[in-house]
Amino acid sequence: MTKVTMTVNGKPASGDVEGRTLLVQFLRENLRLTGTHVGCDTSQCGACVVHVDGKAVKSCTMLAAEADGAEVTTIEGMANADGSLNTIQQAFQDHHGLQCGFCTPGMVMSASALLADNPRPTEAEVRDYLEGNICRCTGYHNIVKAIMAASGQDVGAIAAE
Amino acid sequence: MPKDHGIGASPKRREDVRFLTGAGNYTDDINIHGQAYVAFLRSDVAHGRIKGVDTSAATDMPGVVRIFTGADFEGVGGLPCGWQVTDRHGEPMQEPAHPVLAQGKVRHVGDPIAAVVADTPEQARDAAEAIEVDIEELPAVIDMKAALKDGAPKVHDDLTSNLCYDWGFVEENKAAVDEAFGKAAHVTTLELVNNRLIANPMEPRVAVGDYSRATDESTLYTTSQNPHVIRLLMGAFVLGIPEHKLRVVAPDVGGGFGTKIFHYAEEAFCTFAARQLARPVKWTASRSEAFISDAHGRDHVTKIELALNGDNNFTALRTETYANMGAYLSTFAPSVPTWLHGTLMAGNYKTPLIYVNVKAVFTNTVPVDAYRGAGRPEATYQLERVIDKAARELGVDPIELRRQNFITEFPYATPVAVEYDTGDYHATMDKLLEMMDRDGFDARAAESQKRGKLRGLGVNCYIEACGIAPSNLVGQLGARAGLYESATVRVNATGSISVMTGSHSHGQGHETAFPQVIAEMLGIDESMVEIVHGDTAKTPMGMGTYGSRSLAVGGSAMVRATEKIINKAKKIAAHLLEASEADIELKDGAFTVAGTDKSVAWGDVTLAAYVPHNYPLDEIEPGLEETAFYDPANFTYPAGAYACEVEVDPDTGKVTIERFAAADDFGNVVNPMIVTGQVHGGLAQGIGQALLEGAAYDENGQLLNGSYMDYAMPRADDVPFFQVDHSCQTPCTHNPLGVKGCGEAGAIGSPPAVVNAVVDALQRAGREVTHIDMPLSPARVWAALNG
Repeated sequence: MTKVTMTVNGKPASGDVEGRTLLVQFLRENLRLTGTHVGCDTSQCGACVVHVDGKAVKSCTMLAAEADGAEVTTIEGMANADGSLNTIQQAFQDHHGLQCGFCTPGMVMSASALLADNPRPTEAEVRDYLEGNICRCTGYHNIVKAIMAASGQDVGAIAAE
Repeated sequence: MPKDHGIGASPKRREDVRFLTGAGNYTDDINIHGQAYVAFLRSDVAHGRIKGVDTSAATDMPGVVRIFTGADFEGVGGLPCGWQVTDRHGEPMQEPAHPVLAQGKVRHVGDPIAAVVADTPEQARDAAEAIEVDIEELPAVIDMKAALKDGAPKVHDDLTSNLCYDWGFVEENKAAVDEAFGKAAHVTTLELVNNRLIANPMEPRVAVGDYSRATDESTLYTTSQNPHVIRLLMGAFVLGIPEHKLRVVAPDVGGGFGTKIFHYAEEAFCTFAARQLARPVKWTASRSEAFISDAHGRDHVTKIELALNGDNNFTALRTETYANMGAYLSTFAPSVPTWLHGTLMAGNYKTPLIYVNVKAVFTNTVPVDAYRGAGRPEATYQLERVIDKAARELGVDPIELRRQNFITEFPYATPVAVEYDTGDYHATMDKLLEMMDRDGFDARAAESQKRGKLRGLGVNCYIEACGIAPSNLVGQLGARAGLYESATVRVNATGSISVMTGSHSHGQGHETAFPQVIAEMLGIDESMVEIVHGDTAKTPMGMGTYGSRSLAVGGSAMVRATEKIINKAKKIAAHLLEASEADIELKDGAFTVAGTDKSVAWGDVTLAAYVPHNYPLDEIEPGLEETAFYDPANFTYPAGAYACEVEVDPDTGKVTIERFAAADDFGNVVNPMIVTGQVHGGLAQGIGQALLEGAAYDENGQLLNGSYMDYAMPRADDVPFFQVDHSCQTPCTHNPLGVKGCGEAGAIGSPPAVVNAVVDALQRAGREVTHIDMPLSPARVWAALNG
């Protein structure tokens, strides 16, 4: 067992983990931050995306020990300080960008990273960026729309309906 | 102005807030103090005789609590099948045993052999790897037609063959159908494969078993679309636990698409082991495990023939289908290629004579059962493909050929035993033509050509039977269950309402849409209504969510229960207002004496029901809570017309979806936003089937694409923005909401549109291609272009 210490959603967090413990397991099992989901075992689905030192990371591809000392943000840390939904979360609700909700945390974390890099992405750029996030419910239509809306674009004029 | 509340409005989904903030409560988020973890040791061969399972080394490993094998389940029931099909000769289907853990033989890769319970998931997995299994590998049967040959290895030694059933429908019509083919002016024949799919809800299956020695009660938390069905099947047929000692909870469930309907071995195991060990037991599937243990879908091989007269009217239809059951009968597997498929072969057309033959076959593959659409996509695909082929052979417009054969008068009794109550197929086709801008196609094709791409246009119709199902009818057809739905409407003293429904929401937004119905009926604010679902301890016996049934059947039960509430509340209001009950009107949340300004508010009536000081106690009981069970009189028949435009890259064979339009008739619509979203998701799954997905087995029964590295799930850049419309509405005539159901339409209607479009693109480019089997991978399309 190794002791790891990191900052998660602005608060100090630590725990004893096996060398093989993945960051997602540490978040879910040790910290009980169950908003980060595990949808596959080949780092394809993106349900487990979190931010590590500001970068989007699939937390199933990273060992907890590798995140020692890092600043980690999960879906539980994304809402505004007053608890209201942030711009991206609100856009997902406004545009029905989620159904079962299982892929949603990863989608929101990826969308947030995309908009930090590219504040006004085109439809093609959004679709390309989401290549590592699988959703089985929405057909992506409303996810793409929500992300473009969150970037301030007029999606009524973009998405054929 | 669109409505801002009640039926027809699109309020934001209330469930979204918890899902968007990481506060959802999925089964894997449930942890019970002291729980142990399960790892299953699964067969890595498709067919073999178990000669020995040596657990001695594994038992001594750290953290191991106990190891279970098939021997531990010898006195336990097997997983039951919920539907018995009767074959062409009046004999029942062959129905093999399905043990919780393999006994004697393994029959598919993934068949569970042993289960390790340990203190941590890692310890359980480590110990499972240390179990030594001695298996004599046997030849596997994978191909269905090979499985039916004399001398083929048998999946089940105690059955006479690998044939589950040979079903004819309608058997009495067979001679007349054959005769009509003899007289036909034109016959179009098509052989095709409806590819095997893996449902892949994003949440893998999870089961947590718990047991209380204090009360002798078992609780199972599970990723299910129908917790009451699991309780009944597992309690009565597998473990012998009476319902009052067994609670099944399906909390937030991360997508189902059919594959979470069924009762699985892992659920029974966790419940059983928790009792044996008096300790909570948890199993979480890895995605790799899901690929080889979740029931798969589709997997039909079909020959379809369409007979037409000299006026191009359809005169007869004949099909022969081989349907893969896999190694065991999953819960509803036998019903999918029969009653959910044969009954839809009339489609939207007045074909007078139809004969459907289905041979269901056991193979050494994962069991196959319902997946989004279940039987109806298979029916639609073959019918809409053969019509398209017929139009090309006859040199007529495929849309006009469809139109001239449309059913136009309702109710319409098809020759395949169902009666469509309402529909207007010309209306949805007209709407589609408006949406798809057919007139602009040539210009778009020319523009594609400039870029060296081939553009094609595919159109098709679909009809489906939803609102499953009248219990007395399905009982005659072999169902071993009723298919009603239940609702309890509990009005609390302060006027807020809890609605306990047997329907289950796993993405469909029931928590938002159902209150819209109740609020509309009572004239109160939707925020006063809360939906409770997914827990057998909280809801009345209900059949769950599948077959696009929740609003049509579950919603109807809610309406009936709410009507009872209104009736009783009016009695209370009449007493409070000292008026005749017949004069009481409920409007905008208040009870008024007709023609007067005397009124009493909703909350005053509900309070009086629970504080009955001034109350007609000699006439009615206190309290305001009513339950209704609703059993539908018929199926509902959503229908529509879909169009797809593709571009084919002739250099690579890659197909891209450029435009997709869907015009659906779902009857009345409660929440248009949610309905549109349901169609979007279905379209992506149908496009996935058409272009990307397909479970591939090698001849030894190894699943070659058992991970997201290999199984091509549709991703964001595989699909376009969709055009979706549901303004054509012919309300269902036999349920109180006039709704038909929308959950499966997209997946049913879209595959033929895509394939029709690709064939169109290739034919426009001068290729004599009449068919390509799904998935239309670049390799297959390239071969068709260059073959």
